[in-house]
Amino acid sequence: MGNAIAVMLGGVFGACSRYGLGLLVPTNEGFPVITLLINLSGSMFLAWFFTASSQRIAIHPRLKLAIGTGFTGAFTTFSSFSLETITLIQHDRIFLALLYVLLSMFGGIACAVVGARVASRKERQTEQVKGEI
Amino acid sequence: MWLVAIGGMFGAVTRFFLGKWVTSKINSSFPFGTWGINISGSLLLGLLAALHVKNMAPDWMWLLVGIGFLGAFTTFSTFAYETIQMLERKENRPAAIYVVTSVAFSILFVWIGQYIGRIV
Repeated sequence: MGNAIAVMLGGVFGACSRYGLGLLVPTNEGFPVITLLINLSGSMFLAWFFTASSQRIAIHPRLKLAIGTGFTGAFTTFSSFSLETITLIQHDRIFLALLYVLLSMFGGIACAVVGARVASRKERQTEQVKGEI
Repeated sequence: MWLVAIGGMFGAVTRFFLGKWVTSKINSSFPFGTWGINISGSLLLGLLAALHVKNMAPDWMWLLVGIGFLGAFTTFSTFAYETIQMLERKENRPAAIYVVTSVAFSILFVWIGQYIGRIV
């Protein structure tokens, strides 16, 4: 039950942050830059956070659920990505649709790799500090 | 904003429990939970978007279910994280299949959802 509440709380803030950022820049029929930035930044953060919290930082499992599964999971979205892609295709913006898909996929995976690498590098530094102590 | 908040709350927790349930049922390193969630969420968002365009789904429903629930139910960050985990385990082929089928099926199913929404 506590786990569910943690995910729900994170979900509230994740969904509201995504909606709030979307309101700042209306996308209509142009390139969906807000969803792209949300998904790329969320992918980098989640990989960093999950790697760091499993290897380095001692974090309460429920806080991990709230921030990782709840907030970041709800902040990023796949359904808007697919709806925006099909909308671009239906407006004959095939090149933009292809660009959006490729940037999301390769960008998302690259961002996750960077996030995980940064987390494991910090882990080694922390181990060195621990060794000195 | 509170409609998005309530939708997001239930979308995230539904993803959490459904993901756990699928993982417990299917003994595979392939992330079928997120895979099915992203594709089914795309189908429902396509359906709702078409109904919203036809004014059969009011604005509050779009905010509550579309942006809130389905936006939070489906996820991109977990998708990316699962992909790099598969790559780290040298499961290059399953990782490629995961990425390509997630994209292809979610776009196909958002289109099917829209189509159903237009004809009802």
